[in-house]
Amino acid sequence: MNSSVISRRIVQLILIMIGVSVVVFLMLRMIPGDPAQLLLGELASPEELAALRHDLGLDRSLLVQYTIFVKNMLAGDFGISMRTGTPVINEIIPRLAATVELSVAGMVIATVFGILAGILSAVYKNTVVDYTAMLSALVGVSMPVFWLGLMLIYVFAVHFQVMPMMGRMEMGTEMHAITGLVLVDALIHMDFAVFKDGLRHLVLPAVTLSTIPMAIIARITRSAMLEVMNQDYIRTARAKGMEESVVILRHALGNAFLPIITVLGINMGLLLGGAVLTETIFSWPGLGRYVVDSLMGRDYNAVQACILIFAVLMALINLGVDVMYAFLDPRIRVDGD
Amino acid sequence: MKTFVSLLVAVMMFMPSLSMAASDTLIWGRGGDSVVLDLAQATDGESIKAGIQVFENLVKFGDNSMDVEPQLAESWEISPDGLTWTFHLRKGVKFHDGTDFTAQAVYDSFARIIDKDHPFYGYGKWKYLSLSLKYVSNIEIIDDFTVSLTTEMPYAPLINNLALWLCPILSPKAMAEYKDQIGMHPVGTGPFKFVEWVKDDHITMVRNEDYWGGAPKLKKIVLKSIPETATRLMALQSGTIDIADDLDPDAITLVKKQKDLVVKENASVNVGYIAMNTSKPYLADPRIRQAINHAVDKNILIQTLFQGLAIPAKNPFAPSIWSYNDEIEPYAYDPAKAKELLKEAGFDFGREIELWAMPVSRAYMPDPVKTAELIQAYLSAVGVKVKIVRYDWGTYLSKTSNGEHDLCMLGWLGGNADPDNFLYGLLSADTAQTPGASNVAIWKNAEFTDLVKKAQKTFDKAKRTDLYKKAQVIAHDEAPWVPIAHTKVVRCFHNRVQDVPLRPNGLNSFEMVWKK
Repeated sequence: MNSSVISRRIVQLILIMIGVSVVVFLMLRMIPGDPAQLLLGELASPEELAALRHDLGLDRSLLVQYTIFVKNMLAGDFGISMRTGTPVINEIIPRLAATVELSVAGMVIATVFGILAGILSAVYKNTVVDYTAMLSALVGVSMPVFWLGLMLIYVFAVHFQVMPMMGRMEMGTEMHAITGLVLVDALIHMDFAVFKDGLRHLVLPAVTLSTIPMAIIARITRSAMLEVMNQDYIRTARAKGMEESVVILRHALGNAFLPIITVLGINMGLLLGGAVLTETIFSWPGLGRYVVDSLMGRDYNAVQACILIFAVLMALINLGVDVMYAFLDPRIRVDGD
Repeated sequence: MKTFVSLLVAVMMFMPSLSMAASDTLIWGRGGDSVVLDLAQATDGESIKAGIQVFENLVKFGDNSMDVEPQLAESWEISPDGLTWTFHLRKGVKFHDGTDFTAQAVYDSFARIIDKDHPFYGYGKWKYLSLSLKYVSNIEIIDDFTVSLTTEMPYAPLINNLALWLCPILSPKAMAEYKDQIGMHPVGTGPFKFVEWVKDDHITMVRNEDYWGGAPKLKKIVLKSIPETATRLMALQSGTIDIADDLDPDAITLVKKQKDLVVKENASVNVGYIAMNTSKPYLADPRIRQAINHAVDKNILIQTLFQGLAIPAKNPFAPSIWSYNDEIEPYAYDPAKAKELLKEAGFDFGREIELWAMPVSRAYMPDPVKTAELIQAYLSAVGVKVKIVRYDWGTYLSKTSNGEHDLCMLGWLGGNADPDNFLYGLLSADTAQTPGASNVAIWKNAEFTDLVKKAQKTFDKAKRTDLYKKAQVIAHDEAPWVPIAHTKVVRCFHNRVQDVPLRPNGLNSFEMVWKK
């Protein structure tokens, strides 16, 4: 991957951001619902509504509003939340950290167990192992997140009382946030009690979040593995007398990784933006819930900022996937196209 | 080694470290987070719930009633012309930041809302002025502990406004320091001091050891946002939290079955109603509106959709508010009479009428869509064809205040609990002007409006009561609404929590609460 590819990617990113900002800006204003009316509720007088619209800048033309939005954004200012009056960025950063922590944990579980299940069912194709793994994948992808989350809470937090029920830390824990990621902060502070507590709080929501991507990863891994397992070089490796585990993990999995990485990237993006249900069930103070609440309140500035952040994250993940391709497949590294 | 490590991790993860909240910490679960903690800027219940632990007003509502009592003002008097209110303030009170509470604090807290030249005016967006200080034209510091408010016209409901969350007294030092971020850093004189707010997660408060009313018994309150009702219910059932707010009627039924949980109920101040747009010619005849009242069986509605947690409404406001006219006979459920009245009034049975259903559930209307469907069925039983119409909440509110509907569902959570708030605010000719009508029946009755405006200028409670009782008779006979129900306020908690107060608007300071 040479520098021209990277610079082309950056130009693409900028174009995407401009497109996303226009689309989000217009769509928000096209959906019915007046932020001022929603803020003031049932007994708002026309004067109060007009005054608030003026304060929020909603009485200006769309073009002026958009220009202000872009100008401020370029200066790193995403505006003031219409609902709370605080800078949107201050609302987003702690929630983004919570979402990142949860999605990464969910993705780690999904990747480890998904790939493992995929390899096993490819190696033991058409056996009980294969059928069990693929049936579990079917169940995993079809199970409503909502139901699974509530059941996990009921079984582990209410019935056996071995896991915490909600939130990121024990209520009343005070820790100075540095990164906003509880586990990382706990390690920085060398506070292992908090680390353990944070980890325990992470398990149930991360498992809930992991089932769907895990199932997808398992299926993709299985089919990618089956494809390469029939290749000549695998036969050659075996013929050379290599150990079966080396054949599978190095020669087969290494070459089957490209489609798996693609799926990992897509799913990571989905988890970052789509953890709303899991966050709601487990009272996880993440960004997914915030976007929904902001959208319901027509908090234009907050929604715009969140969507732009999601777009950047998505683009970065895609870039990461491309870099991984290059790393895994020397052929991509050379020509860049 | 590997096995040992994984075993250790497994044991660590599953080691029960179940936390029962310490006996002097109250964990209070609720459906959503607060929006802003400067209550003069708040319009949502979750902000008020937290803020009233921190702030106090000149006067307050009773712990379990809506009668106005002294708080930071020990006494007050009204000038003979009814224009000037003089308040004598409590001495020796300190704000949480250590500064003294004086008349200056009252001045700054109020002037920032109404005086565009006040240095703090730009630090907030002042909401619901008509419920706070809209009619106050002047604030004057008479001495350190005496302050007077002058109104543009004699305005008796002002005292209720002052008890409302919208008129909190803040520390002037904090307002100057935090500027437009005061909503994140509340500093008042109340029983609890604000400590921390992690958005969408929790708000922590600790007791104010120097509270003028004596330090509260609880050491700490944690208000925890638990958006999913099922999770909140399980948290209460398992004892993880002490109080669970905003449970739906089904969940409350489950709570009632568990022995160590308590469901406390109180009469409320809210009202849910169907407003009939009297400006539409086909709804202009009072007999048609009376017929629609006769066609709806409120008792069935309340039993099925409110799970019995409401009382049927016959007047525009609830019996927990003074001057409620209990002599009024409600319209009985009588489909035959309804048909008769419709025929008599020459109603066009070929016409389809729109019933606008609220898209969100509110305390006064827990299941709006099913309520609309039931009412549609009741009306079709007397020959009135009804089409249910839905909009998103913001559009709904602006279109109804524009008078575009035929029938619409709406309600009022109770405001300042003064009859004026319901009768003038929701039914007078002044508030029926479109756009922006809060009287969404667009009902302009001169006699009714005269009575309620006269009552605003009457300071003698007995005389005001007379005026309001007469006004309620007119509202009943002319029938601009089908009053549906006054839902009860409910608080569900663990029985280790003691002396939980429950005001009819559901918003209390927890200074006297303690845990066993």
